[in-house]
Amino acid sequence: MSAPQTPAGKVANYVDERTGAAKWLKKNLTKVFPDHWSFMLGEIALYSFIILLLSGVFLTFWFDPSQREVLYQGSYQPLSGIKMSAAYVSTLHISFDIRGGLLMRQIHHWAALLFMAAIVAHLLRVFFTGAYRKPREFNWIIGVGLLTLGIVEGFLGYSLPDDLLSGTGIRIAEAIIQAMPVVGSYLSFFAFGGPFPGDAFIPRIFTVHVLLLPGLFLALITAHLMLVWYQKHTQYPGPGRTEKNVVGYPLMPVYMAKAGGFFFIVFGVTALLSALASINPIWLYGPYTPGQISAGSQPDWYMGWLDGLVRMSPPIETHAFGHTISWNILIPGLIVPGILFTGMALYPFIESWFTGDKREHHLLDRPRNAPNRTALGAMSLTFILVTLLNGGNDIIATHFSLTINQIMWFSRIGIFVLPPIAYVITKRLCLSLQRADRDLVLHGKETGRLMMSAEGEFIEVHEPISKEKAWTLTQHEQPVALEHLTEDEHGVRNPNSRGSKLRARISRADAEQIQKPGGDTHREIE
Amino acid sequence: MSHEIEPISDPGLPDHVHRATDTNPVAEKKAERQVAILFLLSAVGTILFIASYIFIPTTEFIFLPVMGTTNAHELFLGLGLALALLFMGLGAVHWAKTLMPDEEVIAERHEFRSEESDREDFVATVKERAAAAGLGRRSLIKRTLGLSGGLLAASPLLLLRDLGPLPKNQLQTTSWKTGTRLVTDPGNRAIKPSDLEVGAVAQVLPQLLPGEERTLNNIGKDAVLLIRLRPEEFELSPERLSWTYEGIIAFSKICSHMGCAVALYEQQTKHLLCPCHQSTFDVPRAAKVIFGPAARPLPQLAITIDSEGYLVAQKPFTEPVGPSFWERSS
Ligand code: HEM
Ligand code: FES
Repeated sequence: MSAPQTPAGKVANYVDERTGAAKWLKKNLTKVFPDHWSFMLGEIALYSFIILLLSGVFLTFWFDPSQREVLYQGSYQPLSGIKMSAAYVSTLHISFDIRGGLLMRQIHHWAALLFMAAIVAHLLRVFFTGAYRKPREFNWIIGVGLLTLGIVEGFLGYSLPDDLLSGTGIRIAEAIIQAMPVVGSYLSFFAFGGPFPGDAFIPRIFTVHVLLLPGLFLALITAHLMLVWYQKHTQYPGPGRTEKNVVGYPLMPVYMAKAGGFFFIVFGVTALLSALASINPIWLYGPYTPGQISAGSQPDWYMGWLDGLVRMSPPIETHAFGHTISWNILIPGLIVPGILFTGMALYPFIESWFTGDKREHHLLDRPRNAPNRTALGAMSLTFILVTLLNGGNDIIATHFSLTINQIMWFSRIGIFVLPPIAYVITKRLCLSLQRADRDLVLHGKETGRLMMSAEGEFIEVHEPISKEKAWTLTQHEQPVALEHLTEDEHGVRNPNSRGSKLRARISRADAEQIQKPGGDTHREIE
Repeated sequence: MSHEIEPISDPGLPDHVHRATDTNPVAEKKAERQVAILFLLSAVGTILFIASYIFIPTTEFIFLPVMGTTNAHELFLGLGLALALLFMGLGAVHWAKTLMPDEEVIAERHEFRSEESDREDFVATVKERAAAAGLGRRSLIKRTLGLSGGLLAASPLLLLRDLGPLPKNQLQTTSWKTGTRLVTDPGNRAIKPSDLEVGAVAQVLPQLLPGEERTLNNIGKDAVLLIRLRPEEFELSPERLSWTYEGIIAFSKICSHMGCAVALYEQQTKHLLCPCHQSTFDVPRAAKVIFGPAARPLPQLAITIDSEGYLVAQKPFTEPVGPSFWERSS
């Protein structure tokens, strides 16, 4: 072997002799990634996280996380001479005196909104295509963790400037902590270093916001990406794509250029939004004091659903044996979110239980081919939509000249009635889309041209679809309903008969499909 | 029912279609120029960014349609940055799309499950090593290790104890005492009933004793709203009526739901409304909840006047103010 001559060659040689990196890189630089627009949603989340790191570090250079009270003497005249916390003063200072400071604050806030939106959109893509199935359950759970931490991180960031709006948010968070049975007042006093609002909370959440949670994010995101790398990306079905291969472009150069370029585009769009559209103008709200409030208080959108739940909750408290339990806070603030997030985290396991499917899946489902899952997703989305709607009830009321009373009752009833309706409609829709696919494969596509038949009737000419398209429309498996087993194969009574019955019922709903052309014709359903 | 058609089989990856830039040198040159122009535009964006930083004063404002008045310095800084980033990204993507290889490649997948023999070897190794260490036999060691490990893991929680004091009765009490004067907020002026017209509202706080300072913690519990109605408009129990003075009634301003400031008073309906979750309280009926998630009326403060005619508290609040908590007894 000849010794390397170029400078780059020498560096590479130096590193490889010490790490053996060449072997690993050789293999991985040609790693194949399938291409689809919906695979960019996770990328947007990743890129906005990087933007948050960059802009956040910039903000820490001037932000003073202190609730010490000071008299404002800075350059924003309308607040001159008013008592406020040092945190609020430093946010004003960043906004008005640091060149580029306001821009960075806006970039940080817009990136936070984009981050959460991208996480949610990415999660929906993964859900509706069944990408969370074996072997990717770990990544689904990590994803639910990232979503949860993202909500917390965003809320804490929003709370840092200590303006009237964010302080009101903290007040509500405190009430939720305080409402916990037995330990509530203790936890609240520990979190706030005494009674609300105290002077310890903002310094504490600052550490959590800039150190603890970003560290956790980095660890979880790394694990998430390593798993994607190692397990290889899923792909949409199509000609040449199987459960045993990945079809796409190699990492170097195409994917690097596209992904790298896309990072700049995401950053550019965030910068453009931040240049043009003002967000969280905290100087208009004034500093926080518990005795005041600004009308039309609204959290950021990723907290809106929680706010909506709290708003629609009926006024129930239990007073007994000298104690109080605030159901009006516990149910919307802790119990329902707990159920939602636990259910979401466990869904891959629940599904594999009722389908009995324990195999690996690398080909994605077209949502219509999994009507039950798609309908469950639509049902959950409808639930969240009603809560979001109710979270903005004051805004909606003024814009559409309704009363808040009307919206509240709509939400209280709608939260129970609309999700099941969404389930039924979505399922029907999926089945009729399946029927349309079936017609397309069997009879070809309509051409719009009319022809006169021998009997003088006009009929539309149908053209057969390509064999690639026909394959894409029929490659999927159709599930078979599981039997309700009261006895196992040895004739022993199944001790878990009730579970098995439930499973058989869900499985039957899951197996309701329009039979695909050329498929197994022995199934009953059609 | 019979097969209407035979099952369709996978036709395999379609043939690669070449792009114009792959076959036509003119198209290739053109694409190259386009990429270069995009990168140059990015440089123009950066120059705009630098120029705005240096030349536009931070005190300059301009009016933008739809967006309103904006700080010109921040606006052009942002626009420069946005252009620099966007064109950089567009250049890279255009390069990848027109000039880099676009032939799809196929890679194989492998099952993640280890070979059966590897799994057996693994289990055998673990068993053998564990047996060598005596994990199965030495239960005394295991138990003591478990005990001390648990203790070690749990004890750092102790260090969190000093995060805050115990609540004691701090959630139950406020600064209002018998005879405390009501003072305006802001202003700190003592008030007489004649200062309030019928239909008016005022936010008040307890008067500070000399040397006392008002903290946000105090305001969070002490803030009170005064509302003056005509005495005949009240629908109160005789006791609660005796807590009012000449049509003036006082409630805690801290919402009984989650502690927001109950700030909106509708004169016609005589309703107090909390903007946080729209709990609505009926003033003539001792702030009874008539709408929204709050489960309790706002606590009423008993008021009267002192010898100089100033409004004072008859006595402290008879119940805790603010949101509920476990130790609250009513
Ligand atoms: C997922 C990650 C993050 C999210 C969702 C997030 C969200 C937010 C939000 C919504 C704000 C309020 C901004 C405003 O309108 O004023 C904020 C403030 C702040 N964030 Fe973050 N952030 C994240 C990561 C970070 C990181 C990594 C740092 C620093 C290392 C950071 C430092 C700060 C600082 C110093 C402030 C207060 C300054 C100000 O508001 O002007 N953030 N954050
Ligand atoms: S805090 Fe007043 S209604 Fe919720």
